[in-house]
Amino acid sequence: MHKNGFFSLLFHALFVIFIVAPLVVVMAMAFTSKGYLSLPTNGLSLRWFRALADNHEMLDAFGLSIKLGLASATIAALLAIPAALAISRYDFPGRGAVTGFLLSPLMIPSVVLGIAFLRFFSLAQIGGSFWALTLTHVIVVLPYALRLTLASTIGLERDIEHAALSLGASRWTAFYRVVLPRIRTGVVGGWMLAFIQSFDELTMTVFVATPGTTTLPVAMYNQISQTIDPLITAVSTVLIVGTLLLMLILDRMVGLDRVLIGEGK
Amino acid sequence: MARYDAERVGVAPWLLSGPALLVFIALLLAPLLLTAVLSLNLFSDTDGVVPSYSLGNYLEVFRDDYFHEIFLRTGGMALAVTVLCVLLGIPETIIIARMAPRWRSLFLLVVLGPLLISVVVRTLGWAILLGNNGLINDALQALGITEQPVKMLFTQVGVVIALTHVLVPFMVIAVWATLQRLDLQVEWAGLSLGASRLTVFRRIILPQIMPGVLSGSIIVFALAASAFATPAIIGGRRLKVVATAAYDEFLGTLNWPLGAAIAMLLLLANLIIILGCSKLAERRFKQVFE
Repeated sequence: MHKNGFFSLLFHALFVIFIVAPLVVVMAMAFTSKGYLSLPTNGLSLRWFRALADNHEMLDAFGLSIKLGLASATIAALLAIPAALAISRYDFPGRGAVTGFLLSPLMIPSVVLGIAFLRFFSLAQIGGSFWALTLTHVIVVLPYALRLTLASTIGLERDIEHAALSLGASRWTAFYRVVLPRIRTGVVGGWMLAFIQSFDELTMTVFVATPGTTTLPVAMYNQISQTIDPLITAVSTVLIVGTLLLMLILDRMVGLDRVLIGEGK
Repeated sequence: MARYDAERVGVAPWLLSGPALLVFIALLLAPLLLTAVLSLNLFSDTDGVVPSYSLGNYLEVFRDDYFHEIFLRTGGMALAVTVLCVLLGIPETIIIARMAPRWRSLFLLVVLGPLLISVVVRTLGWAILLGNNGLINDALQALGITEQPVKMLFTQVGVVIALTHVLVPFMVIAVWATLQRLDLQVEWAGLSLGASRLTVFRRIILPQIMPGVLSGSIIVFALAASAFATPAIIGGRRLKVVATAAYDEFLGTLNWPLGAAIAMLLLLANLIIILGCSKLAERRFKQVFE
């Protein structure tokens, strides 16, 4: 392909500004010294980050979201590994249906999932607990874990595994020592993507979160729908920086292009 | 662990996928079916959910102008977002593809990275930019383009801009995937045979990336039509879309059966768009490419 001309690069510059502007603005406003939303015109201040450190509501929500992400991503990965092996190794009747069913949360609007879970919990009377919330997140993030795990189990040769089995290894040993190390990148990448999806989930969670189980996105959403103050930009700045760090780790370990683009394959 | 060394198909795949399937049947299929049943129930202000069955809620949605407006507005905004994502996403993806590998991976990160950042944070950025005292209005007034602030927050235009920002990475991903399979030599072939750059783009590049553009459009439209956080924050309470209307029925007026009916219609529309358009696109492009 030929090189980019002047107008292409101009378009590109404007596009990149469009993409980063809202994020940069949020981060800039977090460093204001004033009591209201404004750009830091007279020097950078950490006032709002100190205020955040004293805000128990946000800190509790942050802690809950971390725990929720860890639990739901781990459960999703544990369910996704055997399911991925089943789908990639056996040509069984119903294989397509199983795959479609396990990926289906991607096609269902989060609002619909939220309403369905709320109805389910109110009938079963198990709403409001951490584990109930965790299970809803498992449903939402499992497709991400499954897709990346599938990408590494499909096309995995089985010679070494067969060799291990014929040399007397138990099935568990063969899985743990031979198969798992070779699908590790897919499993770890899927786990991390699942964690991020759970950590960021708002729309479904807003329906099932109770005062005792308010996640960080829900707490932020509730705050923003009342008033936007510098505190919320400080929270957002912490999230943006945290996500960037996770992205770097993900890029080193699995390759971010593989996570974001190759995930469908 | 099950017998996954057995080559013949037996119960092994079911044992392996069983745990995930059981969780999905209990916690996805059952809640969805219960919601479908709920949408057939009636609601009374005094008794709450009445366990009788009718299509009353659906008829109400179909008859009421209030809901017509919400569904039309949602569809219109989703369409506008899709068009904008096509117009912005295709050129940007091609520009990135033409860059040297170093720049290419950097800008791919810049453009796709926001996907991993919370939608609440990205929407907050637009709420700050679009407000009457926001940066865009400050800049417009400082440059003397307008005297009064232009109202963008709590308008459809504002929601469309913010949703385009949130969803354009999906278009880039879809176009990028097809662009990777494209043989770049054909562009040179076209040019050396005397075609103009525009002709080369229109007759050679565009037809080949069309499947990606279509699948990207389907994803963007479906996500825009069911978006919640961005229309809720940028659109405010009064500019309702289907998702926020369902939310209000559930957590505001507490008319659960009506909210469930809206949710079922949203789900149905979503599935028709995703599955229907994919089938259509597949059939059409089979003829072109095979």
